[in-house]
Parts: sequence; C-alpha cells; structure tokens
Amino acid sequence: MKMLSIIFRNAFRHKLRSFLTIVGIATAVMAFGLLRTVVGAWNTGVANSAENRMIVRNRVSFIFPLPMTNRAEILRVPGVSDATWANWFGGQYGDVNDFKNFWPRYAIDPDTWFQVYPEFEVPADQLKAFQADRSGAILGAKTAAKHNFKIGDVITMNGDIFPGTWQFTVRGIYHGKEPSTDETAMFFQWNYLYESLKQSSPGRDLGAGWFVLKIDRPDDMAKVATLVDTMYTNSRAPTKTESEKAFQQGFVAMSGAIITSLEVISFVIIGIILLVLANTIVMAVRERTREYAVLKTLGFTGRHVLMFILGEAMIIGMFGGVLGVLLTFPIVKGFASMPMAFFPLNGVSLGTVVLALIVAGLCGLAAAAVPAFRAARMPIVSGLRTVG
Amino acid sequence: MTDSIVQVRNVSKAYRRDANSVPVLQNITLDVPTGEFVALMGPSGSGKTTLLNLIAGIDRPDTGQVMVAGTDVAQLNESQLAKWRATNIGFVFQFYNLIPVLTAFENVELPLLLTSLSKSQRKAHVETALALVGLADRMDHSPRQLSGGQEQRVAIARAIATDPQILVADEPTGDLDRKSAEEILTLLDRLNKEHKKTIVMVTHDPHAAERAHTVRHLDKGELQ
Repeated sequence: MKMLSIIFRNAFRHKLRSFLTIVGIATAVMAFGLLRTVVGAWNTGVANSAENRMIVRNRVSFIFPLPMTNRAEILRVPGVSDATWANWFGGQYGDVNDFKNFWPRYAIDPDTWFQVYPEFEVPADQLKAFQADRSGAILGAKTAAKHNFKIGDVITMNGDIFPGTWQFTVRGIYHGKEPSTDETAMFFQWNYLYESLKQSSPGRDLGAGWFVLKIDRPDDMAKVATLVDTMYTNSRAPTKTESEKAFQQGFVAMSGAIITSLEVISFVIIGIILLVLANTIVMAVRERTREYAVLKTLGFTGRHVLMFILGEAMIIGMFGGVLGVLLTFPIVKGFASMPMAFFPLNGVSLGTVVLALIVAGLCGLAAAAVPAFRAARMPIVSGLRTVG
Repeated sequence: MTDSIVQVRNVSKAYRRDANSVPVLQNITLDVPTGEFVALMGPSGSGKTTLLNLIAGIDRPDTGQVMVAGTDVAQLNESQLAKWRATNIGFVFQFYNLIPVLTAFENVELPLLLTSLSKSQRKAHVETALALVGLADRMDHSPRQLSGGQEQRVAIARAIATDPQILVADEPTGDLDRKSAEEILTLLDRLNKEHKKTIVMVTHDPHAAERAHTVRHLDKGELQ
C-alpha cells in the first residue's frame, strides 16, 4: 500500500458524494471548454490571418466600394506582389428565417483570389471549371455537406444587396488547408455580379468591396499601408489599408461586449467549480478530523495530512476535469452542427483542453487549501476530541 | 529511579475555556519503570487522559518536565515529535480509530509506511503483529467486517507494528463487552509480560485496572 492508494480510497470513500461532485465539476468544465472554444472560434479569423496579406477598404465605411482602377495602381506599389478583390454579396437562400440557410457569399476575382488565399484548396480541374463558367461557384466543404450540394447543382438565391434572382452552378468544393480554416464560404465570379448588375441596375457602380494585397515581406506592411493610403488621400474614395489581422480584429471588436461577457462567464464557472469542490472537501475533512489526528499519533506529520487532503481534492478535480473535457468534444460538435453556429467551430483546441485540466487541478488545490491547512495545523488532542 | 522509562516531574497543565484557565494537572510527578503495566484511574475530568497525552507526546505541559525513553518530549518540535512517536509510542484508543477504507492488514501497515522498510519487510511485520493478536485469518477484512473486540485487536496490532517500547491505552476496553474486554486485557498482559512492553493504561474499570501491576489514582488533577 502506498500513500497514493490511501488518497485514492479517501477520494471515493463516499461514492455518491464523489460521483455528484465529479459530475458537477465535469459540467462546469464542459461549459468552460465550450465557452473557450466559442471565444476561440470568434477569433479564428484573426488567428488564421496570413502574415503577408493586407486589406484595403474605403476609409469612410466598409459598405462603400473602391474604384476597380485602384488595383492596377496598387500593384505598382513597391512590396505588393499580388492583389485581388471581393464584394460581400449577402443574398437569401430558401427560408430566410432558418439560420441554416445563411453562409458567407462573396463575389471574387476567379483568377487571383485563390492565389492570394492558398489555404482554400480547390482541385485544379474544379478551379478551371469555375474560371470557365461565369455563373460558377466554389463552395466550402462544410456548407456543401450541410446542404448536400454537389458539383453541377444549381443554387438559386434572391438578392438583397443586389436585387434579383441569382443562379449559381457549383463548380468546385474547397477544403481548408488547416483544420481551423473556414469551410463555410461560397465564392462566385465578380464578373457575374458586375454584368448582371449592368443589366438590372445600369447606373449602379459596383467597384470592389475591398482589395486583398499579397506582400513580399511582412516588415513592409507599414510602408505599403502609408503608400497606398497616401495615393488616395484626396480621391473620391480615400482608403484605409491595414494588415489582414488588424482588419479581422476590427470585426471581432464589434462583438467585444459579447466576447467579454463569455470570458467573464467562463471565470464565473471556475468559481462554481471551486465552490462545488470546496463543499465536498470541507465536509470530508470535517468528518475525518479525528482520523487525521489518529494518523498524527502514528507518526504522520501535518505535511502528510496536507498532502492527503490536497491529493484527494486534486484527484476529484482531475476526474471532473477529464470527464468535462471528454464531454466538451461531443457538445462542441453538436453546437457546431447547429444552424446558428455561423462561425467555424473547429473542435476543441489542445490549448482549451490543457487550460480546462489546469483549471480543474488548480481548483482542486485552491478549494482544499484552507481545510487542508486547518487540519494539518490542528493539535492532535483537539482532533481526537472531535466527533466526526 | 534511573530505570524509569517515563519520568514526569512537577508537571502542570491547564486548558483555556473562553477567558478562563481550567487547571487539569497540578504539580504531577510520576515514574513508570521499564516493563511496567500501570493503570491510571480516577473520575471523569481528573486529568487521566491529559497525563496520558503528555506521556505520549501529543500534548505539552505548561510547566514541568516529561522524559520518556530518555527524551525530554517538550523540547522536540512537531516534526521531531512525530518521528519520536512513530518509533517509541503505540496508541490504543477507546474507539479503535481504524481507518475504515483500509483493510486490517493496511491499517496495521500504516505506521510502517513511515519507516524505510521494504514492502516484503512491512508484510512480515504486519503478519507477525496480526498473528500475535490472533487475527492472522482476518487480514483482508475491512473494519466494518470485524467485531468491536476484533477491531480493538487490529488497533493493538497497529500499535505494536513498529515495535515501540511503550503502549499507551486510553480506555481500551471502554467500548467492549465483558468477554471482548477480557481478551483485550489478556492481550495487553501478554504484550507486557512476553514482549516487555511498558504499558500505561487509562481506565474507569476497576476490573481492567486489576490486570495492571500498579494502579495510580488521579483526582482533581493530583496524583493520590
């Protein structure tokens, strides 16, 4: 028999109580893991931003387009190796009240977009077919799977920003290079939008929603931003050029209050874990005060008692932590498949797993600290007098 | 008396209850020769258990000196005292105080975990101790599978597992029926006579006290 065996048996002395405590901790850890995953997903765009990409948009607002002639001028800026552009399309597919029918749709340049975004991997033949079909579209694998879209299928949508009925033929399906790459978007040819608009709304100036620049050296970003923005300072469409990361952070900042709330809730959950565990440990220590005194009469020291109690709390905490982490995976998977999960939930990250387990373990230590120190310091005579 | 294993000299002890100091022992002097079996008797509150606790090194006197097995117990710090108890003192309590999640074997093994003995050596010690108390066939039983008398015998086996010189027993028969009490007293008698253990036993029971070589009476904190 080893000391660890004693700690382990003490942890499960009251099986029902330990079970309920573990389930309580597991539930809290699961909620913690889910919230961290959601916050992480919110920041996916920032995390996935390439180090060598910049965004040029209208300085006044994102909704105002930029002249297409800008592209050729921007490509001449030293340090810029490529430039592509896109417009947010919007559109309504099927029942607009069903969130499942929402996915991001962009009008893009078919020749340059996938050069600048190599993380969207499209088979060469599909890309070729897409480039050859004016009304072709490339769908993210997740959206294709969710709606069972296959190559050759025609997707009909109603336009909102760009009114009318729009038909797209699925010509390709892209997969993300990394697990965290968004696989929900749909890309179609900017020319399709431009030409359709020319017929339906002849006076409307489409322009580019934003330009995406590929930079030779990330160190040149500040210089490129200054050069580009200076070029258009006095134009009818002044620009704001920033790194892709800064651009994404701007979006995330719009949801700052929600993210902060989620983070606060995740810390409240840590408090709940502490209270659940502390309650169990306080009860256990109170019941066993006499036993700890007996152990001391046998030669065990206060340090041993401290170790027994902290160890017991750590074991219960870690059992709850591991169970909670295991439960987090199916919960996140289920959450990701829900229609309202419009941001990509790409599973539970290793960081979240490690953080959840550390939280559970540390909560074990923190919850048991006070009763453990008390029991360790309690005089033997007082302990022996205690009726447990 | 130089061969006394326990030398209590002019010891006084008081407990604090709220703002009041309640004297428990007053100027006690006691010698217990090596190999003696002493019974401490007296009414409730007379200070028997307090005196036993001082001898066992689980409490400290306010004044005076407690020398046990050549050590001035009051001079040791907590960790030294713990080590000293593990080596020199075996405890037997009224309510056995076995750890309920451990088997009889594991309960007896507990104090041996603090020694440098190997697993096989510990096993040999535990088996010897349990055989000595007549429970060699109950090693794997948990305390709740044992009768009160058997539990107390396991507690005695635990007390002698490290082969201490002194056994301190606080009302060891107080929770037992007459037959079981007799068995325990016989066992203590054997440990004293055959294994030369010095025993200091607190008891209310005159019948139990008869088994001791010497009976000392305490009343209102003073030895009679």
